[in-house]
Amino acid sequence: MIGNGPFLAVGILFLIALVGIFTQKNLIKIAMAIAILGSSVNLFLVALGYRTGGTVPIHYLAGEGGPMVLPTPQAMTLTAIVIALATTALLLSLIMLIYRHYGTINVDEIRRLRG
Amino acid sequence: MNLNEHLPALLLAVPLLGAFTAPLFSLGGKFLRNAALLAATFLTLVVAFLLWRHVSAAGVAVYVMGAKSAALTLPSGMKFPIRIILEVDAFSAFMALTGAIASFAGALFSLNYMNRFTGLNRFVSLYCLLTAGMLGMMVTGDLFNFFVFFEVASIASFGLIAFWRDKPEAIEASFKYALVSQVASMFILVAAGALYGKYNILNMAAMGSVLTLGTLEKVALVFLVGALACKCGAFPMHMWLPDAYAEAPSGVTCLLVAVSQASLYGLMRVCFSLYGVTLGSSFLPWVIILLGLASMFFGVSMAVVQHEIKRLMGYHSVSQVGYMLLGLGAGLLVLPDPAALASYGLTAISGGIYHMFNYTMYKALLFLTAGAIYYATGTRDLNEMGGLAKKMPYTTFMFVIAAAAISGLPPFNGFVSKLLIYESVFAIHPALTVVALLTSVLTLASFVKVFQTAFLGPRKFSLSGVKEVPSGMLLGMTVLTVAIIGASLFPTWTLSHLVEPAAKALVDQGAYIGAVMGGGM
Repeated sequence: MIGNGPFLAVGILFLIALVGIFTQKNLIKIAMAIAILGSSVNLFLVALGYRTGGTVPIHYLAGEGGPMVLPTPQAMTLTAIVIALATTALLLSLIMLIYRHYGTINVDEIRRLRG
Repeated sequence: MNLNEHLPALLLAVPLLGAFTAPLFSLGGKFLRNAALLAATFLTLVVAFLLWRHVSAAGVAVYVMGAKSAALTLPSGMKFPIRIILEVDAFSAFMALTGAIASFAGALFSLNYMNRFTGLNRFVSLYCLLTAGMLGMMVTGDLFNFFVFFEVASIASFGLIAFWRDKPEAIEASFKYALVSQVASMFILVAAGALYGKYNILNMAAMGSVLTLGTLEKVALVFLVGALACKCGAFPMHMWLPDAYAEAPSGVTCLLVAVSQASLYGLMRVCFSLYGVTLGSSFLPWVIILLGLASMFFGVSMAVVQHEIKRLMGYHSVSQVGYMLLGLGAGLLVLPDPAALASYGLTAISGGIYHMFNYTMYKALLFLTAGAIYYATGTRDLNEMGGLAKKMPYTTFMFVIAAAAISGLPPFNGFVSKLLIYESVFAIHPALTVVALLTSVLTLASFVKVFQTAFLGPRKFSLSGVKEVPSGMLLGMTVLTVAIIGASLFPTWTLSHLVEPAAKALVDQGAYIGAVMGGGM
């Protein structure tokens, strides 16, 4: 039961992020929701990395243990974190430019493109 | 060293090298920077062509990153591949060739078009990066690697759409696009993670060989299809597409058209090569068909009321993507039934794939002509244009060709691919063909309107100083015009050498899997 804890947290965070993206009116809050979405997915990948009974994938002097666990999820998470950093920075700089042009970060008032 | 063996890696290395050396070349001045952009995109086109020739002669090409030999997919007796593998079959090679043509044409066009602006070393870098991301999505055989290239392409396109950052609309369009792509990319990552958690593999071919349909696979499929349908601009999530296409500089829009095709490619790769016949039910194919119908109809009905030339074309993109979804969905529907597949399923898939090529060529050309009009007149509003045919004869000529091709007028290539789709989906249900035909008629009506208001009619006084655009821009448009006319003059050759091998490769899941799983030591 307790083993499923991380996945439960992932689900809750994922839902919070989706609700935030669709309901928030403030662009900064939307960017935060995107960041939460990224974090929940990263947590999901890290949680996948644990296998019961597995050992670290180090070949020499690693001590006793069963089969080694592939470190793929960790590599995936690191890559995803770097990508999330880049996109968050881009999103925030776009918000900054939007504020400079429109004088507001409320989505309802930023509507030059429609129809 | 055999060059053919390394082509898949070169296809990514050339534009990446171009992207990261562009700032260096820019130090040497304008000429060197432009030469670097042209050289990078042209070399990419050459590599894509060689790769296509190699794949059509020698079958599926695999390239294992960092292995002792390029074809060593299963090192030291492993049961499944562990390295990142690029896998290029006829469908990937075909798409890469299409994308590389669009990238080269857009680069040629941008030389003159972007000449008036500063910050072009960043433009060149991002342009090459976008090309690399797009080609990466088309050649990778690894689900996580697909996500990485998806993000590379997304981030580069945010920057390029917002390139004119003094325009509020450009920033807004870029932000909208960023939201949609970020949610989509996280969905892809969740799906990749879930599938890894069950099968311990990320390679699509290896995963396809062991995949059995359970609840987890269905959830992953929903995430993947939803994300990729968003990114290729299918109906319910299409709002970003006209905004982004309209606000990006035209040379970039030309490339963005090809990038949306890369997402469509990913969708098809997942449906056909990863899941394939294990899909079992006809639910997902029908969802894709209905998405296609809705995109076609709503896209075109939004397009006819537009009076801003690039937005109008953007809505037409939504409706054109609908045709491909319709054709490929129809093919997916009959995939488990060999008799139906042979009689009309393969035709539907060929039609969809051929339409991907045609769409990229004529849509890119239309956006370039719109950019040429904007460059010459300074406006994108159709109501302020008129009588441009006398002033810009070459642009007018190329616009007419592209408009005839997108409307599906008989001698042109758009007609061939649409005909293939019409006659094959008719076998599934006549109503599908009716909607497709109606869309085609509305498309024609809408482009007659554009042609009439912009190029014919009385000359406006405000446009008396308009001249034909510089030769670099004309050259960029000529590349695409030649591709359209070539495909229109030799439809049989194009179908038998380009399209049908791609369609057969897409259907043949066994060959895609075998290239990775059977090539061990």
